[in-house]
Amino acid sequence: MATNFDAWQGEFDSSKLRKAPFKTMSGIPLAPVYGPQDGSGEYPGQYPYTRGPYASMYRSKLWTMRMFAGFGTALDTNWRFKEIIKSGGDGLSTAFDMPTLLGLDSDHEMSLGEVGRCGVAIDSLADMEDLYAGIDLSKITTSMTINSPAAVIFAMFVAQAEKAGVHRSQLGGTLQNDILKEYQAQKEFVFPPRPAMRLVRDTIAFTAAEMPRWHSISISGYHIREAGSTAAEELAFTLANGFAYVELAMKAGLPIDSFAPRLSFFFNAHIDFFEEIAKYRAARRIWARWLKERYGAVEARSLQLRFHTQTAGVSLTAQQPEVNIVRTAIEALAGVLGGTQSLHTNSMDEAMALPTERSARIALRTQQVIATETNVAHVADPLGGSWYVEQLTDEIERQAEELFAYIDQLGHGSMLEGAFRGIDDNWYQGRIADSAYELERQVNNGQREIVGVTGYTEGNDEEQMPLLQITNEDEARQLKRLGEVRATRDQRAVDAALGRIAHEAADPDINLMPALIEAATVYATLGEMMGTMETVFGRHIEVPTI
Amino acid sequence: MPAPRILVAKVGLDGHDRGIKVVARILRDAGMEVIYTGLFQTPATVAAAAVDEDVDAIGLSMLSGAHLTLAPAVVEAIRKLGGDIPVIVGGIVPNPDIATLKAAGIAAVLTPGATSDQIVADVRAVLAAHPH
Repeated sequence: MATNFDAWQGEFDSSKLRKAPFKTMSGIPLAPVYGPQDGSGEYPGQYPYTRGPYASMYRSKLWTMRMFAGFGTALDTNWRFKEIIKSGGDGLSTAFDMPTLLGLDSDHEMSLGEVGRCGVAIDSLADMEDLYAGIDLSKITTSMTINSPAAVIFAMFVAQAEKAGVHRSQLGGTLQNDILKEYQAQKEFVFPPRPAMRLVRDTIAFTAAEMPRWHSISISGYHIREAGSTAAEELAFTLANGFAYVELAMKAGLPIDSFAPRLSFFFNAHIDFFEEIAKYRAARRIWARWLKERYGAVEARSLQLRFHTQTAGVSLTAQQPEVNIVRTAIEALAGVLGGTQSLHTNSMDEAMALPTERSARIALRTQQVIATETNVAHVADPLGGSWYVEQLTDEIERQAEELFAYIDQLGHGSMLEGAFRGIDDNWYQGRIADSAYELERQVNNGQREIVGVTGYTEGNDEEQMPLLQITNEDEARQLKRLGEVRATRDQRAVDAALGRIAHEAADPDINLMPALIEAATVYATLGEMMGTMETVFGRHIEVPTI
Repeated sequence: MPAPRILVAKVGLDGHDRGIKVVARILRDAGMEVIYTGLFQTPATVAAAAVDEDVDAIGLSMLSGAHLTLAPAVVEAIRKLGGDIPVIVGGIVPNPDIATLKAAGIAAVLTPGATSDQIVADVRAVLAAHPH
């Protein structure tokens, strides 16, 4: 009788493989995966995909080394992108500054002092043109970390690519577009949850119809964890948000297998090595089960959870920053052993500032060492079958299921309504703050040690390494650029395009993407488009709680 | 002696509120009365709230790199209202900026890695130096 192993072997043999000597340093040949002698058990590429979404995993393709970058003006970041491509990074990931994340133009009074600081400033299509100038977007995939104004920035991106001659259907990449976690954790929200979710629905429907290579949403646990949650909370809130997006799209009439394959995930890689690996394994298993059993997905691609990983910013210390290279390497290794599809490694200086070019290069080198020197990518799910890791996987799954049950009950049988209600009730926010405080308490009472902070402090008084300086000149240059755009565009076309957005925003059955792309094309600014929608949608205000 | 009253605030566009919530709880557990403004405040709204609430100190949490612009603006806004309330900045502040902030009238700067005990001690020291 054919075993699971035989089925896996058939699948593996039909996969395209990378050329590399798959053996240990001393010459011992390595199988692509290991399992029980009798060929029973689960193998990578087999439901529920605990061991990985694909049969051949890194034997076909290593993870994408996707380095997050963005600072100053679009021209500054374009230069950094080209450096990343030159040093072997194979995917771009765009960080936007605070005003852009909140849908404000650089000349808004609240933007003062924030322009270009935490990421790149984008006000209009003109900035988007600078950002990707000289980069072939039909060849390299691009990820954009943007949420509240995701639909607008995405519209500018599509308009820019098509102006440069790349049709939207050829564009590959990911829009973060995960608004639920903004209310729960990252707090960069603009509109109230329900109209904000309408924009998410519009982007999912638009990409399902017109952009087969695009991931409409990257459902993100990263920020939930950075805000202080435990690993199980990160996993559970993220997947529960994923279920909410699935229900949102199904409610809009999209067949599940038409959009589920384009949903992707983004998890944290924190410093507790085995717990992180167990978390990724549990994530794949839970997603597959829920999509199949609760939502009726049939296609394997709908069931296979694929994810991006970023090492934990909060684990970095300002003290003895070089030690952060070690933390990041351990965290990155957890992501790889957990089977991540792409990875960003943080730079050593990020507890103090945005990274310098040098520290960002060392962070990329960290991944390259894991990929090329250690041989860890030769064997899929190398910790599968470890009694420890298997039981930890089961336990994290059990804790997540408890949280799903609570959210489901909050929503009276709807994970979408449960998400809305949990946000309104401050339930997610409170749980995350409780977990953050508990961790701090453990550090303060000595239960949890941090090298260079709670001990091992010799060297803390050494001179600080040079940090990236963002000057106010960047802000001034951006303001000048925005002024030129406003002065030279066809104002009548802008007014007409904004009028169309206002009109269509008021009708929840209309997909807003075409109107946003039209407005982007005539150089309407981010702030103008967001402001127009705000007149219809209103604004979200969080009740402050400690 | 009544419990010291502290206003903790997020000024500007930065939504990262983990630090401010943890610090608020630390100060509350140390016996202080803590008022949190919520997100997206301006220097003017923070100063007005601090004067209205008659607080003993203000804690600003800043992680976006805008501290050199926004923190001195809070000090200035309080002066404009005729107040004399010490302002403490906590968050991601590169070392060279600490002296700049102090020169601009910031009473203390708490940097990453400060333990709960250090935070409480630093806030108490500021309160002692600025009797209400």
